Amino acid sequence: MAGLVLLVSLFALAVAAPLLTSHNPERQKLSEALRPLSPAHPLGTDHLGRDMLARLLYGGRLSLLIGFLAVGLGVVVGVPLGAVSGFRGGLTDLVIQRLADILLSFPGFLLALSLVAILGVGLRNVIISVGISAVPSFIRLVRGSVLSIREQVYVEAAHAIGQRRTVIIFWHVLPNAMAPVIVQATLSLGFAILVAAGLGFLGLGVQAPTPEWGTMLGEGRQYIFRAPGLTMYPGLVIFLAVLGFNLFGDGLRDALDPRMSRV
Amino acid sequence: MSLFRQYLAQRLLASAVTLLGVSIIVFLMVRLLPGDPAQVLAGLLATEEDVARLRADLGLNKPLHIQYGVFLERLLHGNLGRSARTSQPVLEELKPRLRATLTLAVVSAVLASLAGVAAGALAATRPYSRFDYVLSLATLFGVSMPTYWLGLMLIIVFAVHLNWLPAAGSEGAASLILPALTLAAFSVALIARMTRASMLEVLGQEYVRTARAKGVGETLVVARHALRNALVPILTVAGLQFGTLLGGAVLTESVFGWPGMGLLLIESIFSRDYAMVQGIVLVFSTLFILTNLAVDLLYVAIDPRIRYT
Repeated sequence: MAGLVLLVSLFALAVAAPLLTSHNPERQKLSEALRPLSPAHPLGTDHLGRDMLARLLYGGRLSLLIGFLAVGLGVVVGVPLGAVSGFRGGLTDLVIQRLADILLSFPGFLLALSLVAILGVGLRNVIISVGISAVPSFIRLVRGSVLSIREQVYVEAAHAIGQRRTVIIFWHVLPNAMAPVIVQATLSLGFAILVAAGLGFLGLGVQAPTPEWGTMLGEGRQYIFRAPGLTMYPGLVIFLAVLGFNLFGDGLRDALDPRMSRV
Repeated sequence: MSLFRQYLAQRLLASAVTLLGVSIIVFLMVRLLPGDPAQVLAGLLATEEDVARLRADLGLNKPLHIQYGVFLERLLHGNLGRSARTSQPVLEELKPRLRATLTLAVVSAVLASLAGVAAGALAATRPYSRFDYVLSLATLFGVSMPTYWLGLMLIIVFAVHLNWLPAAGSEGAASLILPALTLAAFSVALIARMTRASMLEVLGQEYVRTARAKGVGETLVVARHALRNALVPILTVAGLQFGTLLGGAVLTESVFGWPGMGLLLIESIFSRDYAMVQGIVLVFSTLFILTNLAVDLLYVAIDPRIRYT
């Protein structure tokens, strides 16, 4: 519940950005660089005199969008692969599982980072990289559920009345495997935002002057002694967003499937 | 024993296949980049002759699978090519960096395991107490906190305001404290969660009741009877966390200027030193695959109940 409240507030702030601030998040004014908090700039200004609040609000739009598109990509690619892998078994299963193994053998953040090294920086490539690194977890998850679902009597019945395999997979099996996918997708959103912001922090994500939380954090880092706010605020909102998705995901898990472990 | 051998062979084979797959991906990495792979690998500063020599050397006029064969053969001889930036063999440049990264990762792993298991076990013995509540909140924060941000905040507090510890560098043990704490935070949280859950389950078992009925003291019940049996899932999570630590090391090293492989990877990406990027990615993945293999084998050794399937 707390997670939902947190997420709804962050979304509302991002959506209502133009109503909440009159500053343009990308307009520079060097004469007003690194200003402290003031009525005109509630969270001060950054090293180029841009309003921090405006950049955080507009940056939220981008960071959340990246999260959703990346996880969307992970689901769209990973879920069908996992379903086919679990349902068909045999060689198909072996090939898909080895592929997942290989993707999973790039530890954590490293897969997205390697992909960005190949694809190059920028919004689109960050989404693709983070999305692909979310794929193997969905493959594994769905395969597991499908393995148990395909033994159910209603699947046998569908076979018996002569339905085609594709229909059985996508009509009878997949809908029953969706609960854990929804939970995993919610938790992955937090992870995706964290990874995308990490790329931005390293200067390998969304490029300046576009406001994005991770990129802001990376830019502010040089001014950590003079203006700690430049790193403190973007990090805090990333933390809150990830916390929101984690809390919400845990809650969903408890609600959708009490049998799933809490760990 | 033969069953165990069979399992061992199976796991070794699977790891070898995965390693081979990783090497194919790393090989293709440079070939997928726009432009001539020889030019890409030689770097921005290379002369025409350097590029031409490299092109002949890599056999770029031959079919792709032959090129991969050449790549793999050199790889098995420890030849990862030369850095475009320094012209030194990649492997030589990597060695001191690998040592730095392993130092950081191992210290963090030990820290995370000790703190995580202790906190989790303590919470499990007092479920729903105030300590348990605080710990569950702390673990939630731990897994949601961006590593790089935590590092920067620690710098602000301990290096800037309190002036207790160095903000960056790698001189002496003091400079290891902040990076290790930063890197360990996420894993401490996960290991504590896992330990709590696993311990709660074990503490409800009959052999624990038997031990208590015999009059064994509570500390001994927890330490000897419960914790040992709760260790298998904990070990799995802790082992997998080593991979997360390696991945997280990239960001942590960047925050603290710790001269490890992660920092070198970022520098190499920026300077388009792709031979170095290939080498680092390969080393990271190999380490991760070997750790997972070790965890798999170790927990068969620890828990005789696990069947070798």
